[in-house]
Amino acid sequence: MDVKLINPFINATSNVLETMAFVSVEAGAPYLKKDNVAKGDVTGVIGLTGVANGTISVTFQETCILDIVSNMFGEKMEELNSEIADAVGELTNMISGQARKELEELGKVFKAAIPTVVTGKNHSISHYTDGPRIAIPFFVGEGRFTIEVCFER
Amino acid sequence: MDTSIKVLIVDDFATMRRILKNILKQIGFKNLLEADDGTTALEVLDRESVDLIISDWNMPKMTGLELLKSVRASDKFKRTPFLMVTAEAQKQNVIEAVQAGVSNYVVKPFTAEAISEKLEKILK
Repeated sequence: MDVKLINPFINATSNVLETMAFVSVEAGAPYLKKDNVAKGDVTGVIGLTGVANGTISVTFQETCILDIVSNMFGEKMEELNSEIADAVGELTNMISGQARKELEELGKVFKAAIPTVVTGKNHSISHYTDGPRIAIPFFVGEGRFTIEVCFER
Repeated sequence: MDTSIKVLIVDDFATMRRILKNILKQIGFKNLLEADDGTTALEVLDRESVDLIISDWNMPKMTGLELLKSVRASDKFKRTPFLMVTAEAQKQNVIEAVQAGVSNYVVKPFTAEAISEKLEKILK
């Protein structure tokens, strides 16, 4: 997989979370993920087509996403529910859009599908291709979330 | 800026409608309507007199661009200000929206200030 595809997603994730949820996020070191078990409790997945086909996912630990959405709405969110799932879908959509904008500047044009969201402990993340899954952990205070970028070989 | 006008917010994500409503209320708007896609928006426009449309682009059933084209083709709403608020930020998207008659364009993610500045421009 072209490593130039990765950085725009890291930049987009930081930008979206900092702008919409007013939090400071720190990216950890990317690594190759071997299994399909989500690192978080709620995951947004979006398909991309263009110069390469693939998917990105954004998976949040419960406390992390509750804090993030509470900031976005300006009110305390207490539990994982349809409102949280909807917010994860929109965050995934925005991360995809921002990353595609940066990729376009590198001459790589992608289109995106409408995101889907999966919720639950130890759920699986289905990427649409069998390419390598590059995972990037992010830290928000005590909270943690992870994005996965997976493009065809 | 006249904040007594009626505003229709169109987005398939309830999250984004909620964020936009919060921002508009902070600015002073009170007459806020919602629709979750372009088709539903047209139904609202059929029965309501709306002064400003704020719409997402990428939605099921009918996209924001299709909604914009329908609105511009109608006698009733062809001059109604239309703000596109979308994650679609590629050059071709902006060109298509301008050609279809969009009043202004905001790329997600956005700040409340960015929304306020765009509204000042299109409602002055």
